[in-house]
Amino acid sequence: MKEASIHGCFLFNGLLVVLILVGIFSLLVWASIPAFKEISIKEFLFSSNWNPTSYVKPSYGILSMLVSTLIVTIGAMIFAVPISIGTAAFISDIASSRVREIAKPVVEILASIPSVVIGFIGITLVGPYIAKIFHLPDGLNAINGSILLGIMALPTIISLTEDALKSVPKSYTEASLALGATKWQTIIKVRIPAAASGIIAAIMLGMGRAIGETMTVLMATGCANAMPTGLTDSVRTMTSAIAIELGEVAYGSTHYYALFAVALALFLITFAVNLTADIIFNRRSKL
Amino acid sequence: MKRIVLGFMLIAGVNLFAETTNSSDTNTTNKPMIQIKGSDTLVNAVQVLAEKYMAKNPGKVLSVTGGGSGTGIAALLNGTCSIADSSREMKDKEKSMAKDKVNEIVVGIDGLSVIVNKKNKVSTLTIEQLGKIYRGEVTNWKELGGSNTPISLYGRQPNSGTFDFFREHVVKADYSKQVKEMNGNAQIVESVKTAVSGIGYVGAGYTQNSKEIKVLAISAKTGEKAYKPTFTNVETKLYPISRPLYQYVSGNISEDVKSFLAYEVSSEGQKIMTEEGFFPINEKQKESNYALLGIQKEKVVKGGARAKKS
Repeated sequence: MKEASIHGCFLFNGLLVVLILVGIFSLLVWASIPAFKEISIKEFLFSSNWNPTSYVKPSYGILSMLVSTLIVTIGAMIFAVPISIGTAAFISDIASSRVREIAKPVVEILASIPSVVIGFIGITLVGPYIAKIFHLPDGLNAINGSILLGIMALPTIISLTEDALKSVPKSYTEASLALGATKWQTIIKVRIPAAASGIIAAIMLGMGRAIGETMTVLMATGCANAMPTGLTDSVRTMTSAIAIELGEVAYGSTHYYALFAVALALFLITFAVNLTADIIFNRRSKL
Repeated sequence: MKRIVLGFMLIAGVNLFAETTNSSDTNTTNKPMIQIKGSDTLVNAVQVLAEKYMAKNPGKVLSVTGGGSGTGIAALLNGTCSIADSSREMKDKEKSMAKDKVNEIVVGIDGLSVIVNKKNKVSTLTIEQLGKIYRGEVTNWKELGGSNTPISLYGRQPNSGTFDFFREHVVKADYSKQVKEMNGNAQIVESVKTAVSGIGYVGAGYTQNSKEIKVLAISAKTGEKAYKPTFTNVETKLYPISRPLYQYVSGNISEDVKSFLAYEVSSEGQKIMTEEGFFPINEKQKESNYALLGIQKEKVVKGGARAKKS
């Protein structure tokens, strides 16, 4: 009897999670449909002009915001990936156990810093340095956003890369060292390539984190509506646009539904990234 | 162990339930709280007014938050606040969405200030030049008599009443896409302080105590005299971009809310507005406020003689 009730309890929890995900997805789809009665899908996806509160004519094109989100995310990965793989390799292979005991919790604490605080650091600390280095009037641009998002993605990528490295069979390492390779050569040429699919999955999950980040990019990227032409431009991501506009939009207006459509686009992108990560992850465990 | 966890969850659950039934913005709790939401331009001044009011009237609880005029008005329409601060007039479309009648109070005047960095050589602009700058038609300071540097534009976000007002009265078209949309007046001031080529528009209250920025003198037309947003210039309407600062309430105004509104428009409240860097309301606005709130006018001499400002 007790077995059955515990079984039922866990089943309920598992189903609840699936239900929540399906619920969110259907809510987004349901609330986006009215938007597409007024806005053509072609305008939505390919116009770079998002100006629903325009003085002249409201426009609902997400292309600039989409490109901005991608630029900031890819920038974040360029910043985070080398540091993460290096840190993970250090923690798993090189550090003594005492250093490891300090390093691991520090990485985890990095994950618990609120995104507002990181955004604040971006405006007050990182921004002025970027302005000075690149001779810009201020440090509110895509580079700032990329660095901050990179910092936020670090813990995710480091933890998962470290797990991936740990699961490389010891026989590989031993064989490599036995053949005369140095520890350094073993790490770079044997262990990391062997853990490649796990590392790629880690990167994709870190990317998923960066794409959906709102507060940090809202504060630190400058929110200019133009299509970005370079990393030193101020950009506005899809997440910033939703956060800024949802507070004052009238319920039931086209603008309202259009914001849900943007959220749906964001959801689909993040879902695709996470799904890819999952597939890669599962494929390697079948090795 | 299981019992402790269960007991803890029970207590937490009861607490949560109690919180949600003790809703914060109705008069059903022991301390009825007046929720004020909206304009970032007004938020600091209204906070000071609320604090002084609460000090004078112990037992009254007010909560003031920002979010932009648009957010405040949306909250008023959704019933999640009692008073909406707004630095722009409420649109007819918004008024028609209200369930009850919406009433308007003028709590102060703002001389909307255009600021540049202290190191910028430019000191005056015409409204036309301002419009060109913010439409993106003029992009370098050298076209305005300054140094050869591209102009760095700072503005507000679309939920802001100041965004709306500036667009309506100065830009008269869509803003340039290069305008960086900052989160509030304070962020614009901070940005212009550090960006030598920056320009921004903020409420007058935010230009006090700021040594690294310069407030520009604005002239209505080319060739006309340019005026800074001083007390006299705003009062006599010589400064071309001044605007009333509003508060909106809907439906029947409760006695608590009425009392606070009356405090804000009284001479003491207006003095606080002036101390916060804004300007007091004029006679006509005072009269319409008093008519709405149903209070007697202070020291008004009827029959032609103009009442002196106290």
